[in-house]
Amino acid sequence: MVYLDHASSRPVDPRVLAFAGRYLREDFGNPSTLYSRGLTARTALEEARVKVARLIGAETPSCIVFTATATEANNLALVGGALRNRKMGTHVVTSAIDHISVINPMKQLQKQGFELSIVPVDSYGIIDLDALGRIVRADTVLASINYANDEIGTIEPIHEISEIVHENGNYLHVNATAAAGTIPIDVQAEGIDLLTLSSNELYGPRGAAALYIKKGVRLQPVLPGGGQERGLRSGTENIFAVAAFGEAAHLAAEEMHHESRRLTTVRDALIGEILAIEDAYLTGHPTQRLPNHASFRFGRIEGESILLNLDTVHDIQVATGSACTSQTLEPSHVLLAIGLKHEEAHGSVVMTLGRSNTDADIPVVVDAMEKTVQRLRAITAL
Amino acid sequence: MEEKPQIGYSKKVMDHFLNPRNVGEVEDADGIGIVGNPVCGDLMQVSIRVEDEIITEIKFKTFGCGSAIATASMVTELAEGKSLDEALEITRQDVADELEGLPPIKMHCSNLAADALHKAIEDYRQKQAQKAET
Repeated sequence: MVYLDHASSRPVDPRVLAFAGRYLREDFGNPSTLYSRGLTARTALEEARVKVARLIGAETPSCIVFTATATEANNLALVGGALRNRKMGTHVVTSAIDHISVINPMKQLQKQGFELSIVPVDSYGIIDLDALGRIVRADTVLASINYANDEIGTIEPIHEISEIVHENGNYLHVNATAAAGTIPIDVQAEGIDLLTLSSNELYGPRGAAALYIKKGVRLQPVLPGGGQERGLRSGTENIFAVAAFGEAAHLAAEEMHHESRRLTTVRDALIGEILAIEDAYLTGHPTQRLPNHASFRFGRIEGESILLNLDTVHDIQVATGSACTSQTLEPSHVLLAIGLKHEEAHGSVVMTLGRSNTDADIPVVVDAMEKTVQRLRAITAL
Repeated sequence: MEEKPQIGYSKKVMDHFLNPRNVGEVEDADGIGIVGNPVCGDLMQVSIRVEDEIITEIKFKTFGCGSAIATASMVTELAEGKSLDEALEITRQDVADELEGLPPIKMHCSNLAADALHKAIEDYRQKQAQKAET
């Protein structure tokens, strides 16, 4: 088996499980209780907060609020941020390629009277900085731009984006789910007000994510209740998942430099060989892209059938932006935003590498891809 | 008790996807039916040879997902050797039933397959009618 869909889900690192397993067994306390088992849980929670803060260069651990999912963190930032700060303005901005968990909360804000503007991208998925400068206004309460895109791998010029947003408008939220743990992030140096990251992308378990909130930025909770996480996210804390998240963040920080170089080498070798296949193209930026991200489109054949063939015949798992795999039967909005025609977008294949992938996987994947493309092209009506 | 929902494609769909029957184009076809639209992600072509009102040869080509390939393959298997009238009675539901079910969101693929077959037959009949006029 060659697993190439790390963007969609990753296994929990055994070291992370070994570290955090005790919080499912003997150390099951609620961090809000005052006896020693509760204090143990509270300690684990706060230690995890320190580790996550360190990973992204946050000014203090208290800037980190834990949530259950990145989607939830995005909602807290966007809905919680826009509503709390509506005196600054009722205009919100995002990019044409941002994740659906950013776009849909933004649409919900539209229904609540906010004006939404979308910044276009170029054919590599890079934000049009001139357009951003024209779109962001004094009454733009927040702009949300992804650090790097999960479908095409392109890394955005966050530093420049931050300058433009702060010069013309108010807050910048960055959905860093695809990037955190894989490439270095420094929220202070990059001028970021709000940032989302998720445990699973760091080989931690599902059920934990975080929102970084710069000191001085006010939000209102999306989930009111018992007041946990400084009142911003109520609900008894998932100590196992959060403790594991913290340890995963710690390991990612330690190993990132070496691992990102290793992944880049494997990625580039893989891309080189796949592009040798007839009518195969890279999507996203060729160099300003995530070290683990290799996304393509193949002419005249369709993504779901590619995915199915790779899985059942070759035991290789990938993702696709084809319409046939979406609930709406529309192809990926990201691929359309970078200028692909519908029929081109249907041929998309996204391969995202992880710790389990090595150079040895390359010939296996290339061979499988060649055979799959050949078989489906023999069947195609195009 | 409620039945467990079917997850993923049935064995029959997978079989027709992995081992599609009748892939290709009939040489000097008597009728050709093309349906769908690459913009939507589905394009199917069915071509037939007709002798004495019987479909003696039928082939398909499909640009589309696993269901699109499987349904086209199945429709050619159902239509081969049938009379034109019998083949016209093959419905979308027949295709889906023979494949032992399709996920609801994929039912439109079985629609396309049946439509492509019917269009091929219509094309044949139109060509015959034109010949008769000359």
